[in-house]
Amino acid sequence: MAHGSGGTQMSSLIRDVFTSAYGNELLLTGDDAAVLEITALQEPGARLAFSTDSYVVTPHFFAGGDIGRLAVCGTVNDLATSGAQPLYLSLGFILEEGFELDSLRRITASIAAAAQEAGVRIVTGDTKVVERGKGDGIYINSSGVGLIAPGVALSGRSCLPGDTILLSGTLGDHGITIVSAREGLRFEAPVESDAAPLGELVQAVLAAAPRTRCFRDPTRGGLASTLNELAQQSHTCMLVDEDAVPVQDAVRGACDLLGYDLYHLANEGKMVAIVPPEQAEDALAALRHNRYGEEAAIIGTVTAADEQGLLHSPELPRTQELPRTAVARALVRTALGTLRIMDVLTGEQLPRIC
Amino acid sequence: MDRALLDRFKDPELSRGLVARIFKLSEELDGTRGRTPLNIMEVCGTHTVAIARSGLAGLLPESIRLISGPGCPVCVTANSSIDHVIAASRLPDVVLTTFGDMMRVPGSSTSLQERRAEGARVEVVYSPLDALELAARSPEQQYIFVAVGFETTTPLVAATIKRAASAGVDNFSVLSSQKRVAPALDALAHDPDVALDALILPGHVSTILGVAPYRFLAEQYGIPGVIAGFEPVDLLLALAELLEQLVQQRPRIEIAYGRAVHEHGNEQARAVIDEVFEVADATWRGLGPIPRSGHVLRREYARFDALQRFDIASRTEPTVEPRGCRCGDVLRGVITPGECSLFGTACTPVNPVGPCMVSGEGSCAAWYRYKLGA
Repeated sequence: MAHGSGGTQMSSLIRDVFTSAYGNELLLTGDDAAVLEITALQEPGARLAFSTDSYVVTPHFFAGGDIGRLAVCGTVNDLATSGAQPLYLSLGFILEEGFELDSLRRITASIAAAAQEAGVRIVTGDTKVVERGKGDGIYINSSGVGLIAPGVALSGRSCLPGDTILLSGTLGDHGITIVSAREGLRFEAPVESDAAPLGELVQAVLAAAPRTRCFRDPTRGGLASTLNELAQQSHTCMLVDEDAVPVQDAVRGACDLLGYDLYHLANEGKMVAIVPPEQAEDALAALRHNRYGEEAAIIGTVTAADEQGLLHSPELPRTQELPRTAVARALVRTALGTLRIMDVLTGEQLPRIC
Repeated sequence: MDRALLDRFKDPELSRGLVARIFKLSEELDGTRGRTPLNIMEVCGTHTVAIARSGLAGLLPESIRLISGPGCPVCVTANSSIDHVIAASRLPDVVLTTFGDMMRVPGSSTSLQERRAEGARVEVVYSPLDALELAARSPEQQYIFVAVGFETTTPLVAATIKRAASAGVDNFSVLSSQKRVAPALDALAHDPDVALDALILPGHVSTILGVAPYRFLAEQYGIPGVIAGFEPVDLLLALAELLEQLVQQRPRIEIAYGRAVHEHGNEQARAVIDEVFEVADATWRGLGPIPRSGHVLRREYARFDALQRFDIASRTEPTVEPRGCRCGDVLRGVITPGECSLFGTACTPVNPVGPCMVSGEGSCAAWYRYKLGA
């Protein structure tokens, strides 16, 4: 692969690989910018959601996905959390000189498939090639826009004590897949990444439970980061019932073996929804009806400590006194009925010695 | 192991039954002892984490005080040994390989993680055999494996060195501070600051050691010990059996982790240790020098000793202990993590002062991460 200086080799590369994978009339105009006409945006109260993320994962291919599928699903899901229906994506590639063209073809094919699955179109893009040794094979940036319907106003600040916490499926599949696929690790778990576009799933929940407070996708930092952020935003405690959290046996086994915390593992196809209690069952039914939410579950409730730092909750055997460190935190009710902090991951998860 | 079977060891019903038995036994003990708190030490760091994560202490009678012991391999590694590792990371053309937990532990001036950010070649491996394989693949590079741990990991390190010797992998060596569990327990048993009533003995290391190395605890010191597994039911069962022994006043060493630990341990693994290592004195963080508490390479394998091969001791900076850090007292069970003035303020998992806050198995980290009311 030669340098990306905009010359003829470069444009043939683009023609060959990208357009054959996911060309469409918007991408193929050949102009420097995609011009998008979104008529629904003219409706009063309709808004545009705009999000961007960069993908640097290695290995580039893993069970259940690859860096291309992640680049589509990640940005689609970020848009979806705002309640938006994802519409258009841009994709920027930084390729390291020498990156296999066959690998690039596999990645672009996977991008095309994921975009189709997500119902989004790739309308603009860019490619740069950097010198050998200055990149990790391939980096992808994706940005996207989506349409938020009038009346949809989601925010983590809206969570209230009494609300229900829902999770769209099993936890930790992506994180364990990446750990086990990484070079130098002999541990192999029969698990696949859950990378999936969740735009439709979010729309289905919003239709069934219109008073949903917010959505979050528990990616890096896992469920623990997501719930602790929500707790801080809304000054509540997110109380999760350990027994109610869906998790595959292989993932749980891998966590036991490596000393990893399930709640810290990354997910790429899961959604957390905070829903008022009277709409929780409808939201759950909508989740389970979606192909990516069949194993959805109610995993806990939003609660709050009073001024004295006491936590009263029907979920708990007795009133708990919370120390300063546990106010506005995520908490776990263990299988034994005891309560503990769900801590936030600091640094990277490292396997233990014995 | 079958998941359904493993789930039985988290079973709330079984737990409730055991908790009730523990309360009954504890009342009997209160009757004879007059409500003195019972100091029960869990030796192993994995137990500390399991206890904190399950919130198990919250189920127990107030008179039972669970204290953490010196069973987190990273935590008990003396600062001077960490400084050796840091010095090794400064050697030219050397790749360090290590278990993950060592990365963040601060030595006198820096940590491996910081050294890596500065450009040192440090790779995390899951087994010493992986490190050997890396070395075999790049014969032009020197590979040093940082061997920290108890008798759980020592057999693996020993087997790796044997393989390196037979395969002639000369660019592989080991920076070893392997430790032996039993001599540290001996030191604790006669430490006047530590009043041990009973011990929850480590599960993993006992799969190698069996029961014999612990017998002196019951026979010489009258301290009962039960080898426990890592699920809540395992731990509650071990506690119930310890209380039973205290009530009967018949201290002995028992196994409550029969699905993994055999009375005689793993003789083959111990034979490999003996072939490659010999017993030597060692220095522990918090406990200081303890006779016969370490393993060093035998003369036949001395060429695999990185300390000698690279003359690391002479390249090591003077050791400075972190100011105000009471990891040593925490490791001896003299104080709980919450009793250290740095805990949760100057010392947190993001900015750890001592190793007990760094390692995932460290008691300070376990307290900070999981414990309510800390």
